[in-house]
Amino acid sequence: MSADLIPGGRDALVLRERAQPISGWAATATLAWRAMLKIKHVPFQLFDVTITPIMFTLLFTYMFGGALAGSPKVYIQFLLPGILVQTILFITVYTGVGLNTDIQKGLFDRFRSLPIWQPAPILGALAGDVFRYSVASTLIVVLGSILGFRPAGGIVGVLLAFGLVLIFAFAVSWIWIIFGMKVKTPESVMTTSFLFLMPLTFASNIFVGLETMPAWLQTVVRHNPVTHLTNATRGLMHGVPVGGEVLWVLSAAAVIVLVASPIALRLYHQER
Amino acid sequence: MTAIETASLVKTFGSTRALDGVDLSIREGSVYGILGPNGAGKTTAIRVLTTLLKPTSGRALVLGHDVAREPAAVRRKVSLTGQYASVDEDLTGHENLVLLSRLMGLARSDAKQRATELLDAFGLSDAAGKLVRTYSGGMRRRIDIAASLVTRPEILFLDEPTTGLDPRSRNQVWDLVRRIAAAGTTVLLTTQNLEEADRLAERLAVIDHGRVIAEGTSRDLKASVGSNTLHFHLRDPEQRAQAGALIEATPGGGLLPATDPAAFSIKVADAQVAAELLGALSRAGVQVTDFSLGSPSLDDVFFALTGRPAEAAQAGDDKPDKAKPSGARVGRGPTDDNAAKESAA
Repeated sequence: MSADLIPGGRDALVLRERAQPISGWAATATLAWRAMLKIKHVPFQLFDVTITPIMFTLLFTYMFGGALAGSPKVYIQFLLPGILVQTILFITVYTGVGLNTDIQKGLFDRFRSLPIWQPAPILGALAGDVFRYSVASTLIVVLGSILGFRPAGGIVGVLLAFGLVLIFAFAVSWIWIIFGMKVKTPESVMTTSFLFLMPLTFASNIFVGLETMPAWLQTVVRHNPVTHLTNATRGLMHGVPVGGEVLWVLSAAAVIVLVASPIALRLYHQER
Repeated sequence: MTAIETASLVKTFGSTRALDGVDLSIREGSVYGILGPNGAGKTTAIRVLTTLLKPTSGRALVLGHDVAREPAAVRRKVSLTGQYASVDEDLTGHENLVLLSRLMGLARSDAKQRATELLDAFGLSDAAGKLVRTYSGGMRRRIDIAASLVTRPEILFLDEPTTGLDPRSRNQVWDLVRRIAAAGTTVLLTTQNLEEADRLAERLAVIDHGRVIAEGTSRDLKASVGSNTLHFHLRDPEQRAQAGALIEATPGGGLLPATDPAAFSIKVADAQVAAELLGALSRAGVQVTDFSLGSPSLDDVFFALTGRPAEAAQAGDDKPDKAKPSGARVGRGPTDDNAAKESAA
């Protein structure tokens, strides 16, 4: 190698002595920056997860809208908040997939051998994910309004709904983080989590109202957390009071975080 | 002072004893090599010393800090370049180095400057803005090592730094390791390649099944093998029997199997014996087209130490579920390389 020395004649290999270790927040922010860069370089990550909801919205609105609600225009008022919930829940899986990829590739070994606050790589990745959820949420609502979605709750209602969905998605991400650390390949994170997500999102009131289902199914669907989240999101967007459902969702999110995050962090420290 | 000191270090995974009582003492400021075949416990040793694994029993001190009790203190002083990619493929080379510089506590502008300096020093300036996933194997290795040097570590751990690299990239990595050591950093590297250990390391430990089976300078190790390998080709394969008879008459000459009827590989005690044998062949009218004398390979060292060849030992340690990069050589390389050089001279 010819460029051994940098100007001044010092060898670049010896230039820097160790600096002061950075704080946990600074490390988390730096690793969140990494997540943003990844979105910039691999925009497909975002594209991938927004194409499905766009297709679902178009398909359900125009094909089933007439049959289910009398007209596509009426149906999309009902459907769109649910599609938002489904999309964001699906995207949460990528948290586990991304983490598993980092572990398999050996990148987490480097992070773990650095003198930084140990949870920072996970929290940084999560911060990037929450950003991704926000972008996808915005896309869906913009698409919805082009198709005639008119939320009665106005912009405030929509933003509150976003907030609630993001909080719940943040909580659910912790579950996939556990998956991401337990299974062998990113593909199996994907397969396993969809095994849970598919029935959860379809056996809910995202696409059709509870009252159209047989009684036994209503019981099941009523207890599905996705139904609670959909009710709350729908209510907030359309300005219908849903304080009880919002409270239910927030408590569920809190319980998930309290249970899953310590397990996830312990697994992270555990050796592989 | 001692950089690394281990005593009866044991690490088990289920019933596999990946480290089975390892005692090492590594001087500060040196390049130390851990030599062994796949699955011998090299990676496990490095992962314990860099706090990624907790020892099952025994003790490991890194710069005076116990790896089990003071992992944070150890992490502040060491850097690890693992056997696998340890930078983000979806980021550019420059972004990766800025990321690590920031994590090591450099301010934003310092981090950018440091990234640029390192890319220059590692001959990667042209690829600074390219995503790492587009890098060649040699470039990947260099950016991996650069990522460990954003600030100067007191000990740099390199896990098989040249496995899977072409000879040119391998030489570049060797050159880097020498410069890093010259800058005062202790380097601990693992390798399957005796020549690599020989060229870089002041001392080395040979490990097998989680135990240190030999320790010393590479000269000591080669002496313990007590033989070199002489290779030659006959002009006329018909003379094989005649050559065979002369080899049998050579003191300590052990004939090694060969598939080519014109080719011979023979264990000889030293260069003098080889010269005498070649002289005898010449006097008997047996012509050779070329010959070379190779120093012992890892295979030879292993055979001498354990009485069995250095096959990839049990699976079950050294990261069993991750695919090995291609080109995992056990020993063969060095013999041939040395042979080529000596026959050229």
